[in-house]
Amino acid sequence: MSGKNISVHLKIWRQKDRKDSGRFEDFTLQEVSQDMSFLEMLDVLNNKLVVDGKDPVAFDHDCREGICGSCSLMINGQAHGPLKETTTCQLHMRSFNDNDTIVIEPFRARAFPVLKDLMVDRGSFDKIIASGGYVSVNTGNAQDANSIPIKKENADLAMDAAACIGCGACVASCPNASAMLFASAKISQMALLPQGQPEAYERAANMVRTMDDEGFGNCTNHAECEASCPKGINLSNIARMNREFFKSKVFSRKE
Amino acid sequence: MALNLDSKIPEGPISEKWEKHKFKSKLVNPANKRKYSVIVVGTGLAGGSAAASLAELGYNVKSFCIQDSPRRAHSIAAQGGINAAKNYPNDGDSVWRLFYDTVKGGDYRAREANVYRLAQVSNNIIDQCAAQGVPFAREYGGYLANRSFGGAQVSRTFYAKGQTGQQLLLGAYQAMMRQVHLGKISLYTRREILDVVVIDGKARGIIARDIITGDIERHVADAVILASGGYGNVFYLSTNAMASNVGAAWKAYKKGAGFANPCFTQIHPTCIPVSGDHQSKLTLMSESLRNDGRVWVPKAVGDKRHPNEIPDEERDYYLERIYPSFGNLVPRDVASRNAKNQCDAGKGVGDTGLAVYLDFRDAIKRDGRDAVEARYGNLFDMYQRITDESPYEQPMRIYPAVHYTMGGLWVDYNLQSSIPGLHVLGEANFSDHGANRLGASALMQGLADGYFIIPYTLGHYFGSHEIKKVDTTHPEFQKSEDEAKTRIQKLLTINGTRSADDFHKTLGKLMWDYVGMSRSEEGLKKAIAEIQKLKKEFWSDLKITGSTEGVNIELEKAGRVADFIELGELMARDALMRPESCGGHFREESQTEENEAKRDDENFSHTAVWEFLGESADPARHKEELVFENVALTQRSYK
Repeated sequence: MSGKNISVHLKIWRQKDRKDSGRFEDFTLQEVSQDMSFLEMLDVLNNKLVVDGKDPVAFDHDCREGICGSCSLMINGQAHGPLKETTTCQLHMRSFNDNDTIVIEPFRARAFPVLKDLMVDRGSFDKIIASGGYVSVNTGNAQDANSIPIKKENADLAMDAAACIGCGACVASCPNASAMLFASAKISQMALLPQGQPEAYERAANMVRTMDDEGFGNCTNHAECEASCPKGINLSNIARMNREFFKSKVFSRKE
Repeated sequence: MALNLDSKIPEGPISEKWEKHKFKSKLVNPANKRKYSVIVVGTGLAGGSAAASLAELGYNVKSFCIQDSPRRAHSIAAQGGINAAKNYPNDGDSVWRLFYDTVKGGDYRAREANVYRLAQVSNNIIDQCAAQGVPFAREYGGYLANRSFGGAQVSRTFYAKGQTGQQLLLGAYQAMMRQVHLGKISLYTRREILDVVVIDGKARGIIARDIITGDIERHVADAVILASGGYGNVFYLSTNAMASNVGAAWKAYKKGAGFANPCFTQIHPTCIPVSGDHQSKLTLMSESLRNDGRVWVPKAVGDKRHPNEIPDEERDYYLERIYPSFGNLVPRDVASRNAKNQCDAGKGVGDTGLAVYLDFRDAIKRDGRDAVEARYGNLFDMYQRITDESPYEQPMRIYPAVHYTMGGLWVDYNLQSSIPGLHVLGEANFSDHGANRLGASALMQGLADGYFIIPYTLGHYFGSHEIKKVDTTHPEFQKSEDEAKTRIQKLLTINGTRSADDFHKTLGKLMWDYVGMSRSEEGLKKAIAEIQKLKKEFWSDLKITGSTEGVNIELEKAGRVADFIELGELMARDALMRPESCGGHFREESQTEENEAKRDDENFSHTAVWEFLGESADPARHKEELVFENVALTQRSYK
């Protein structure tokens, strides 16, 4: 606590709407407390812009505690900024120095069109989940929760995979804009649990197909996704997804 | 016009009410379900689970959320866990005990029948979520793990690391997305709800604004479900998400839905303190920390030494001192109020003096750093990220923050508001937590309402009412849309000098000072006058940039703040008219000799339900008397 105040020079991507070609706009903010979160710094900027009658910078955010996955931003070329396993909303200005220039851009990918300024449309992630990221169990179907014991190790690994917040940092960081880490996290969670087995083949095949249809690229093992993931989702999930996908091709009675 | 406050509690012994009620409820046959449509506002635990379950039954669902994806609703931020009466640990839990604890914890201001049903279906929730693949914590034998939470004397809390809300929400979200894929749910993201449309006395639709295009839309259905969450953001600073708002519920109130116990708010004792004027929201530290952390302040007023330099004999472990049997595990309202008392007495710590210590030194000494890290590592990391201080090296600083609102739209046993066809689920309703909610019970209630109650009671509504065919050309839609547009134009043309946030901060300070942890007649009267003044200033000095078209974040905020200002006044009125203390509602005039909350069961064993009577009239206060047939009323004691 009690960080000092600093000045920062901001280069922020401004884009009126989907069709606008967009450009950078420069701002300088003084007296920025280092105890502020990065988004609170943007709040201060926006409040100034509004009072001056100018259009505030649009960005996605909601919970501001690192779990909803709304916030995004490429900060100096890094998804969610410089801190490892930290979302933008949990990043604080003490990670920056006096007179730093900070370049702020939206998450860029063909499958994530920019809506305004720093807001992008990540609806393609929802479509990937809709195509198979679940266990098909209607409400009321379930038996007693303890009737299916699950090896603790597998339950823990499933939890690690399930920790994905769907922010899209993996896609934004990948040179191919691939959604492999995102899709594989859900496929892994289900593959590790007995509940996920009955639909395993269809799930892997459908989610991979949807990923392609939505315009995400392929994986060429750069591992930028893992490095930028605010929740530490592991690359081994992609290997597990590939196994599941392979099995679906070899063993599925369909196609 | 008086509100219809028939609670419709079924006859018979409490343990049989729900079964009998389900049997007596009307059914809609499977082929006919596809002829009905329902709007669900909100995609948190309540809205998400309701949308999924109703679509599975065959209803046509239109689901709305304000975020860019239904997976981001604020239920996601719940950390600690979800209660259920499974009694897996064999430690004496039962449906009856969960029911009893919840009624007692709510300080006897909840409806017995609803709470009993909640305890009954709690077990089904765990089964359903496990079947969905929710990765609950497990023991080495492969069975589900439980922990004790929030001072409960049995271990009934299921959890998924410190991310239980996230995992349960993703389970409901995935169930929803499956129905989206099957075409049974139409999904509308990034929508703000501007009005509820009532036709022939029944809720039949909503007016929504697409926050990307700015378009105003009309949506019609045979019934409307609000699962739009709580209104804690009326305080500006709270643990709620930034977009959490009262808009949909407030519009319903203005259309004739009773608003129950608006002053019942929960202040959570363990949040990270405010660091400065720039603060935009507060972050909760899970209540589980109080299992091992010891709360203290320096004995001497104004002791500014580093906490590690203050020896034990100069520390006041005040919760352990005042409440020897519960110690640091007293309920939330008690812990919060005591923190405030210490700070008011000048013993608060940190730069602002508005914090107390939560110390893990002794736990680390006793169990080792590794054990403490295994339990709380992610929370300690989060704390360090925000404050730049390590809880392994020095005590955490914590302070209470607004966290949950027990009040909300009044509903009957069927979760129907006083407007037929308008059902309200989750935190948006008032039903189950009385004047104080127990830890790990919000997740339980949201999912109970959505998975296991509304699928039965909505069918009963359809089966027992004639639903006429209407479409969006009905004059009521036109009227609602015109009103919504007029309001937006009004907001955009004030051309004043202050931003919406600026007004929101002023409102928040008033609410925190006078309608917060401690309330008095004098303070509440002052709050009402000040809020009325603020409302006038807002409508004459607001500044918004931009237009109605496209993304306009200032316009969104202004609409929400306008609603919060009106709600704030109602909360102060409600608090003023309830001169007793109960649960999270502490009236300074009503305390025991030991400064504990003192209820007045003779005069206030009721739910206060407010009826809107027009913009220029005072609202009317009605009562639903609470009848306790199964739980004996006692003064809560945690000594």
